[in-house]
Amino acid sequence: MLTVKNLTGGYSNTPVVKDVSFQVEKGEVLGILGPNGSGKSTLLKMISGILPKQTGTITIEAQDVSTYSQKEFARKVAVLPQMHTHAFSHSVFETVSLGRYPHQSGLFSTWSKEDERAVMEAMTLTDIMRYKDTAIELLSGGERQRVFVAQALAQEAPILLLDEPTNHLDIAHQQQLLDTIREQAIQKGLTVISVFHDINLASLYCDRLLLMENGQIAKIGAPHDVVKESMVGTVYDAKVKTQPHPELPKPQITLLPHVDVKKLPFTVDLTDFNVTANYVLLQTNKPLKTVSSAVHNPGTGWYQTFVNRHVDANYHVADAKEEMARYLEQEGFHPTDTVGMMTAVQAEHVEFGKYEEDFGSILIAVTAGIGNAVDVAEALSRDRKERIGTINTWVIVNGKLSEEAFIQAMITATEAKTKALQTEEVLDPLTKTVATGTSTDSLLIAATQQGECLPYAGPITPLGKLIGHGVYECTVRAIRAYRKAKEGSV
Amino acid sequence: MSKTAIAYIFSAATLLVAVWLGVSIGSVKIPIQTLWNATADPTAANILWKIRMPRVVLAGLVGASLAISGAAFQGLLKNPLADPYTLGVSSGASVGAVMTLFFGISITFFGHFTLPVFSMIGAALTMFVVLGFARLVDRAMKMETIILTGIIFSSFLGSLLSLMIALTGEELRQIIGWLLGSVSMRGWSYVTMILPFVGIGSVLLWINRRELNAMLFGEERAHHLGVNVKRRKWMILIGGSLLTGSAVAVSGTIGFVGLVVPHMTRLMWGADHRHLLTLSFFNGASLLIICDLVARTIISPSELPVGVITAFIGAPVFAFIFYRQRRKGAM
Repeated sequence: MLTVKNLTGGYSNTPVVKDVSFQVEKGEVLGILGPNGSGKSTLLKMISGILPKQTGTITIEAQDVSTYSQKEFARKVAVLPQMHTHAFSHSVFETVSLGRYPHQSGLFSTWSKEDERAVMEAMTLTDIMRYKDTAIELLSGGERQRVFVAQALAQEAPILLLDEPTNHLDIAHQQQLLDTIREQAIQKGLTVISVFHDINLASLYCDRLLLMENGQIAKIGAPHDVVKESMVGTVYDAKVKTQPHPELPKPQITLLPHVDVKKLPFTVDLTDFNVTANYVLLQTNKPLKTVSSAVHNPGTGWYQTFVNRHVDANYHVADAKEEMARYLEQEGFHPTDTVGMMTAVQAEHVEFGKYEEDFGSILIAVTAGIGNAVDVAEALSRDRKERIGTINTWVIVNGKLSEEAFIQAMITATEAKTKALQTEEVLDPLTKTVATGTSTDSLLIAATQQGECLPYAGPITPLGKLIGHGVYECTVRAIRAYRKAKEGSV
Repeated sequence: MSKTAIAYIFSAATLLVAVWLGVSIGSVKIPIQTLWNATADPTAANILWKIRMPRVVLAGLVGASLAISGAAFQGLLKNPLADPYTLGVSSGASVGAVMTLFFGISITFFGHFTLPVFSMIGAALTMFVVLGFARLVDRAMKMETIILTGIIFSSFLGSLLSLMIALTGEELRQIIGWLLGSVSMRGWSYVTMILPFVGIGSVLLWINRRELNAMLFGEERAHHLGVNVKRRKWMILIGGSLLTGSAVAVSGTIGFVGLVVPHMTRLMWGADHRHLLTLSFFNGASLLIICDLVARTIISPSELPVGVITAFIGAPVFAFIFYRQRRKGAM
């Protein structure tokens, strides 16, 4: 659709853009990224004909753009400007109608049905019909930008160039604008080239990204090829981390702020735990990075309060999550800063352990209700009835864990728990075989993310050894405590 | 009926009424049937066709020229304060005209076109020098640059005018009278003299009406919408210079019309140049005809310079419309 070959040029004599070549296919959305002064806007302005080129060629549909007249070019390429102000106010309809300029010719050219259709369609797409007769100066920034999107769409050019289209827009308007443009690319095969300031937005909305550095292409490719810690970090000279988008296969970056405040060494100790009649509680001075399968705030996050709540053996509510959230709030815990689990075991039957090694220490807390023990190997033959009984395991690490260490810690802890059930000869009451866990076990791994870096937590790594040993020991003790309590009550 | 149709009908009707008032009111009242029945009252017909009508038509052409070029310049420069006078074009035209009077220049080839031709050359030269200098200062030709440059050249040309007036002897009255601005005692020959320039200038502006709309959003935006900005800009500047030059050439400097009429028209009927240019043309004509009528009747038998009256009538009317419009916007 559009091919740029060995393009060099920009302002005056010193070229800003140097020897840039790339190609954009029909219906593709290409994002141009780069730090300030890298030449991304200059490149766009050279494509749109505002700035001169020194060497190289730009071809659209296999024809050199220098052979197009201004109007012909405008029928091929529409440009959405950055936000700007102006002295006199047009109505919204008049403004959008200007997009039809390249399609009109002759002295007395009249407004055709085709023009009317294009304008109405563009206004409908951008949802500005209700402002038709309003003066644009009376609109908010976001609405005004939509008017200019409509103007560019009314031009009905197969290529759309955008220069930081979402500048100064709030996130709702950013989303609306980019969704509209993205949809045009999919439905009408609109080819889009856009300069982005925001790497995350570019990654979300573009098929390919072009990363500029000092007027040259540092990298061009799919978002996952361009939005990489090393690439973005070097080109922008910034400390960044990438992470997957929660819903889409598009990488996102986040800054790592350089905090100058001295990090006070902070560790969690057994004294931070509290046991009341109703729950086991851990409150830390600073948030811990947490991965868990808890009822309240499961998944990954940073939390300061951890609650393992005792519920009655007959606890049964329609929406346990909702009830748990309400309970935590009633008890005075901050709902967004708290991880909450449930167990039928009395809180007093929790077993703690502290284990130390050269790198630091870990803390473990286990409550083990085994009335519902399950042999996972025989699980297929079981009915689906749920019984009361849960093993809740907490592993708190004073150290800095990598992503994979968190997962390995979960594996190691689970294996240790299973081993404890085996040595304690906990049987699945239905199959009479040795159980491997219960049907509703929960696990929580939390780390201070300070101190020693612990890249791995497999069973023979220093951290893995502690976890394996500690979880095994605490689980054994917890099972015994549970059994003793059962016997006592019988 | 659409708002646009109402705008045209209203403006045209105003112009017709203004023309009629302009030709009928005066020391001798002209009855309306004189228009089609000259034999009934030959004296009245004589006054109507030989004195009043050429004066009214000339006032109309001058007012129309100033208003349409003001509208175009305001749009082109995206500045509500722009008009031919601000940009120094009027001063250039004045210098051209005063020079012909001062040196008694008369070129046989041009005949009685000598003064307007020199005036227009002055206007065009000023325009090119102002824009050339502005471009030299700032390649982007921001409006502040153009306007500041206009002020620099206006003051320079103004002092040149003062110098010529100081050095003048016999022709002083003639020059001062010319500068104050008047459309009296000109006759049909002046009308025919400027008519082609007004025609060409107005057409040049009118064929750029859609381009002016696009350029209101900035030259870059206009470029992206497919406007050949460079060519169009020059067409508008040359058209505006032709109009300003010819208006100043026959009537002296009447500054207020070019600034205010486009604004009044915009406030009443919107900023769309497709209609703004034509409507400003009509309204400029109406305003100057009325102002000239007031100028020659208010202290009759003496006359006031019409430039005094334009501001006198125009400013309060503009203030009123501006106030109403803004209040409406605020509520």
